[in-house]
Amino acid sequence: MDIRKIQAPVVTETVKKLFMDMNYNIGSDILDALNCARENETSSVGRNVLDQLIENHKIASSEEVPICQDTGMAVLFVEYGDHVVMDGGSFEDAVQEGVRQAYIDGYLRKSVVSDPVFDRVNTRDNTPAIIYTSIVPGDRIHILAGCKGFGSENMSSVKMLTPSAGVEGVKKFILDTVKYAGPNPCPPIVVGVGIGGTFEKAAMLSKKATLRPINTHNPDSRYAALEDELLGEINKMGFGPAGLGGCTTALGVNIETFPTHIAGMPVAVNICCHAARHKETEI
Amino acid sequence: MKKITLPLTDETIRELHAGDSVLISGTVITGRDAAHKRLYELIQSGEPLPVNIDGEVIYYVGPAPAKPGHAVGPAGPTSSYRMDKYTPALLDRGLKGMIGKGARNDEVVQSMIKNGAVYFAAIGGAAALISRSIKKSELLAYEDLGTEAVYRFTVEDFPAIVVIDSYGKSVLVTG
Repeated sequence: MDIRKIQAPVVTETVKKLFMDMNYNIGSDILDALNCARENETSSVGRNVLDQLIENHKIASSEEVPICQDTGMAVLFVEYGDHVVMDGGSFEDAVQEGVRQAYIDGYLRKSVVSDPVFDRVNTRDNTPAIIYTSIVPGDRIHILAGCKGFGSENMSSVKMLTPSAGVEGVKKFILDTVKYAGPNPCPPIVVGVGIGGTFEKAAMLSKKATLRPINTHNPDSRYAALEDELLGEINKMGFGPAGLGGCTTALGVNIETFPTHIAGMPVAVNICCHAARHKETEI
Repeated sequence: MKKITLPLTDETIRELHAGDSVLISGTVITGRDAAHKRLYELIQSGEPLPVNIDGEVIYYVGPAPAKPGHAVGPAGPTSSYRMDKYTPALLDRGLKGMIGKGARNDEVVQSMIKNGAVYFAAIGGAAALISRSIKKSELLAYEDLGTEAVYRFTVEDFPAIVVIDSYGKSVLVTG
């Protein structure tokens, strides 16, 4: 395979388009799930909320304005082909510039502060984005990007379960996390679950799980069944749309896994609001 | 659907009950985490506030930037519980209502009962839709906070639901 040169401005333009697009146009998986929930919701208040959410997506898309004012912190999972060489700048700078341009030119809210504890001064361009890069064979760059609002991010949790907890322990932790979040994370939510790996790997997997379309399942039938079971249990909790009651508390549960240590069974639950915004592309 | 006009009178507040859907018209002030922290610290140290909150309704929001021709960008509610630490002090200063989303703690509810205040929820994530009912936005204080600055919004038929009324009754489902 030949070495492939990719111009840094191409990366910038691609990232910019991804973030503007995801903020205006919700994925068809979410829209289909909202429409389906609208048909099945038993609470009239809940149906009314779902109507407003569906109408909101129409407005955002047609006027090209953000679906939600919280346009989130930018997170990218990049698979970088080992035959790709950046020309005209570094990959990191090109991505950050794309995020900067999207948030400024796209009228997206800048929600990032420079220091988490002391200064908390807004960086005014929503950078830095969080970039997870893995090197893969090939001459392409695959980018999976999401913008993560913090109303739901704040309701997320990681727990270092140990093997004896078993699948029941995993279920309990996930359900407890959703129950504790209650009406706060803008239900109906998307629940991203990462199981295995190490402390940080589980958390990263749970983020990646929120970026997977909710009309897909984990390829392992046991985890796929667990996704369905948990979705059913969560929707029995009764929080409903906006937490005002109903049978639509979650739209989807996505589980991602990774091998782990003989002594451990880390579980991370990343909660995402109904505006689960993500897009992917390949350069 | 009840139509209510701001500023809220004590009589209006008494007639609002948890579960009521309302359309709000008039003006509200905005403020979220950073502005609340500043207002709270001024109250604690006995200094004057840069905005009068007596009789006002505060909307927990940090809007997205307005596109040309729009009064305001998408502007849905943010989670209210983050303001819980500061809210009783603001209610004691005469704040009459809050618009946000999600649960409040018991200190806030008790302070609402004591001060005769009401808590509305707007629909989280319906920001583009909600912004259509915001007709005007003027900066009031804390410009340096950007989206977290305090604005005065003029609203017309702003859709909300009374989730905790001045009697402390709530329709929010909590865990």
